[in-house]
Amino acid sequence: MTAISPRGIRSRRDTSPLSRTVVMVLLAVSTIYFLFPLWWLLVAATKPFGEQFSGSGLWFDGFGLFDNLARLTAQNDGIFWQWMLNSLVYCGLGAAIGTVLSAMGGYALAKYDFPGRGAAFGVILAAVLVPKILFTLPLYLMFSGVHLINNPLAVLLPSIVSPFGVYLARVFAAQSVPDEVIEAGRLDGASEFRIFRAISTKMMLPALVTIFLFQFVDIWNNYLLPAMVLGDDHMQPVTVGLVGWNASHVAVPPPLVVIGSLVSVVPLIVAFLALQRFWRAGMTAGAVK
Amino acid sequence: MARVRRSFDWRSPLLFLGPFAVLFLAMYIAPIVYAFVSSLFTVKRSGLGLTAPTQVFDPFANYAHAFADPDFVASLGRVALFGVVQVPLMLGLALALALLIDSKSARGKGFFRLSSFLPYAIPGVSAALVWSFMYSTTSSPINHLLEPLGIHLPFFDDGTVLWSVANIVTWSWTGYNMIIIYAALQSIPAEVLEAAKLDGASAFRTAWSVKIPMVRSAIVLTAVFSIIGSAQLYNEPTVLQPISGGSVSSTFTPIMSAQAAVGAGNYPYAAAQSVILAVLVGVISFVFFRLTSKGEKA
Repeated sequence: MTAISPRGIRSRRDTSPLSRTVVMVLLAVSTIYFLFPLWWLLVAATKPFGEQFSGSGLWFDGFGLFDNLARLTAQNDGIFWQWMLNSLVYCGLGAAIGTVLSAMGGYALAKYDFPGRGAAFGVILAAVLVPKILFTLPLYLMFSGVHLINNPLAVLLPSIVSPFGVYLARVFAAQSVPDEVIEAGRLDGASEFRIFRAISTKMMLPALVTIFLFQFVDIWNNYLLPAMVLGDDHMQPVTVGLVGWNASHVAVPPPLVVIGSLVSVVPLIVAFLALQRFWRAGMTAGAVK
Repeated sequence: MARVRRSFDWRSPLLFLGPFAVLFLAMYIAPIVYAFVSSLFTVKRSGLGLTAPTQVFDPFANYAHAFADPDFVASLGRVALFGVVQVPLMLGLALALALLIDSKSARGKGFFRLSSFLPYAIPGVSAALVWSFMYSTTSSPINHLLEPLGIHLPFFDDGTVLWSVANIVTWSWTGYNMIIIYAALQSIPAEVLEAAKLDGASAFRTAWSVKIPMVRSAIVLTAVFSIIGSAQLYNEPTVLQPISGGSVSSTFTPIMSAQAAVGAGNYPYAAAQSVILAVLVGVISFVFFRLTSKGEKA
């Protein structure tokens, strides 16, 4: 940092070189911890096939990424890409429908005064606190009863219900949709649903993107439910498929699990980096009231 | 909050909240009721197993069975130990990181915020897969690095495997909690920090006596979510199980234990285990909220 710029001078006066060094060293150490496994994964996936687990794994050594991807594609007739597609469909569809449901529900809770509103919100808030995994087992039993096992609906139906999404939608609707705008729409003779669709959703749009993202990741993260209800491996999402490969030991070569792991996290990392501000908005809305 | 006042017209709230409410009842409330009711029955098999097993109403049998089941009790103890050690460690780390990034001495705040938050974008199962490569008994890159120092970390010993799991959870969630605490730090009014500075408080003193008390509610929130997360520990140990050499048993955590009961065809017993876990989580969260809010008033 140059001492010439005014900002440089001020920060020099504010903080001692010692404190700056200590802070930066601590932050650097923590960054190594957080990035090391991902770095290793990236390096390993680019190494020639079969050498994923040799050497220190810290630096590139030969290039076999394309060959690795070809092998990944060839394994079990390309089932890996079927899994990726399944994940995208479950998460995309589930998050899209879920966002619409959450937006409508949160909007109702924020903008309409009806008896039992407080109680309804309380129940939804309590549901945010109950671990979702606890519902998986009874859901499995219920779905077995109505013969929905091995049916994508068994993954989609629970996935589109997001109490956290409703909570976020209520917070955002209260913040970003002024009552006057709704009143003005009514005076113009628009129906309640039309006001919601044409005016309110536009004002809530950044919030809706946030809700969509959170739900997308939530569904992508949910491992137990699809693992239980989808026995047919052509219907499974990529997380379930990869864990199955990992547990099969000999049947599927471990390097393929490494390469598949990298490919499966790339879309999420890209989405995450591209849409950072939405993530932060969603998280802080829950924390800072 | 201002709301639109209207005479009680039920059509609009029903139209908007109805679809969610119906699915919420079906996917959240019904499973709870279903689990509770089915936990009250026991499976009776005939001696020879020739006829289909029948279910008999016996409200306490599964619960008595669960509390007498050494594997299930051990799994509860294991996640309790996990929660008591891992949650404070992770939140301490998250708080320290948030304070460091918030401090005036930090440069490149955006980069550090992003790099610590990045693991949150990796699904739990994928994170566990990646760490299982880190822990590999034959080719762990961590042990490879430590080899010159004569250190070899036994990631899958009976005594250490729980902490190997704890490390994965810490890696995944520290950044998430850090962002929540950091957001609370950012909302501390500048005048408060200015006043502390005028009083001659050091950066460390300001952090301890001003900043930490002011982000207390954010810390409580992250603690509750982390406690709930510990109770539902499942993905990480399940991924490590096949390569753990037996140190991760099939009943390692309560959810895995319930899962094992499903595998054995004993659904009511699995339901009872889920109900016990849900009640324990609820009680602990409630007590935690009460304890921390009491401290606030004092």
